[in-house]
Amino acid sequence: MTTLEQTLTALKARFGDAIEGVETFQGETTVVVSAEQVVEVLKHLRETQALNFRFLADLTAYDDYPDEPRFKVCYQIRNLLEPLNLRVKTAVGGEAPTLASCTAVYPAAGWQERELFDMFGIAFTGHPDLRRILMPSDWEGHPLRKDYPLGYEEVQFTFNYDAIDKKKPYAKE
Amino acid sequence: MTNNPQLLEATLDELKHLFSPRAETGETMVLNMGPQHPSTHGVLRLIVELDGEILVNTVPDIGFLHTGIEKNMEAKTFTKALVMTDRLDYLNNMGNNLTYVLAVEKLMGVSVPERAQVIRVILAELQRIASHLIWLGTHTLDIAIQSMLFWCVREREHILEIFEDISGQRMMTSFMRPGGLWRDVTPTFIEKVEAFLAYLPAKLDDYETMTRNNPIWIDRTQGIGVISGETALDWGLTGASLRGSGVALDIRKLLPYSGYETYAFDVPVGQHGDVYDRYWVRMLELRESLKIVRQAIDRLKKLAGAPVIADDRKVVPPPRAELGRSMEALIHHFKLWTEGYAAPVGQVYVSTESPRGELGVFLAGNGGPKPHRVHFRTPSFVNLQALPLMTKGHFIADVVAVVGSIDIVLGDVDR
Repeated sequence: MTTLEQTLTALKARFGDAIEGVETFQGETTVVVSAEQVVEVLKHLRETQALNFRFLADLTAYDDYPDEPRFKVCYQIRNLLEPLNLRVKTAVGGEAPTLASCTAVYPAAGWQERELFDMFGIAFTGHPDLRRILMPSDWEGHPLRKDYPLGYEEVQFTFNYDAIDKKKPYAKE
Repeated sequence: MTNNPQLLEATLDELKHLFSPRAETGETMVLNMGPQHPSTHGVLRLIVELDGEILVNTVPDIGFLHTGIEKNMEAKTFTKALVMTDRLDYLNNMGNNLTYVLAVEKLMGVSVPERAQVIRVILAELQRIASHLIWLGTHTLDIAIQSMLFWCVREREHILEIFEDISGQRMMTSFMRPGGLWRDVTPTFIEKVEAFLAYLPAKLDDYETMTRNNPIWIDRTQGIGVISGETALDWGLTGASLRGSGVALDIRKLLPYSGYETYAFDVPVGQHGDVYDRYWVRMLELRESLKIVRQAIDRLKKLAGAPVIADDRKVVPPPRAELGRSMEALIHHFKLWTEGYAAPVGQVYVSTESPRGELGVFLAGNGGPKPHRVHFRTPSFVNLQALPLMTKGHFIADVVAVVGSIDIVLGDVDR
């Protein structure tokens, strides 16, 4: 029998400072990991017999714009025997966001990483086929970013007139 | 398509690494299938590389039905965003509603009355039957038996009539709300469901006979699209597509929700992981769903008159009748419908067993009345990823059988 506490202790012993914190919310446990080590941590969780987080249920991200680092990538992994659910979360900065791909550990991440690339512009290094998946290949921008408007015309106020004017699509010159 | 030749060339170039080098010399043929192909179950485009009639590579191209539902939901309050979930997987409206409201309830910490939970189980299982009937009809139509679709749609009509009776809508029901249900079921609900329960088993017997005793059906399904249990888990497959490979994984058993742990039902599994086993698992699941509905109906009779929505006035709008009597209720009504309720900062992930597999909702709150992020882990999207593995080395005609057997809904894939 493995419990989440045992898993977290094992992770802290193995990775030390790379484990940046543990959050619990409404009965769900999230372990926050540094972006450099996240694939190593996932590999450890997946391949260690005693931990056995066999299944990648979900891979997603959210955008905390304008905070930095703005993107939080969440891996929802599962030990199917107990069953245990664990979320591994890592933060990625907004300037040319990149993260190592975990497709070698969880093949299921392939399309989900492509979706994050498409929707947030996070480039996964080492991904075998990193292309847009839902939007057309010539699409500009990444729709699920918080600074990407939902549609219509963005309202320009005094404080953000120039910032919005710069990215407006009308003909310039 | 675009008229810009440069762009077109770049796009083809982008895909070169997905095909074998033999495609460039013309030794194998690269062929486009879909997105308007009738047997791709929607707008799925497949780019296939063929050596004669044998598939060398299959590259699914999706996104034709992408409607930005996740982005749209970020602009609505938690309650109002519910209507978008119906439109995800148009064969599993009740199940989508259920998964989303479970996530909102978990985020807000709302508990649901028992009667509402029982009705939710009945509706989710009826929806599963409806979805499986459409799957059976279209899958058999694709391969061997044309008339099955007409009959399956006829049986599904009974379920849609029940939905229309209680919610006013056949498909886009939005019947489940955070905290419970929109309203109680109609007085004839139990009677109608029981009539359906009595009606369907004999029909299922017929459909089983029609498929299992049909040599064409057996030829076209056995040994086709084989995937092992281990590989299926690696690729994140869930639902009947995984259980057909012998892995007894069902979210209703593994991580029970809405009281599923209190119902007696089995999780059917296959052995070979081929198209036939996935078909057979779904046929058995139809019976299991009937079993669950039967138990739930008995409970519903005992819970007559109990509330169907939580009494938490900070999340659930007050009943209409109270507005004329209570100033407090009026204020709550106004605030909840104009502004909504503020969710705590935090993230939750909730999953349910949809007819296609694990349907998960990742929901993040940021202290405001609108979701910070909603993500749907849709089973069709993840399952479709394994299509190239399953089709490799088969005849091109078998693509249709494999696509049917993983039971994708493109609304679910593209969101």
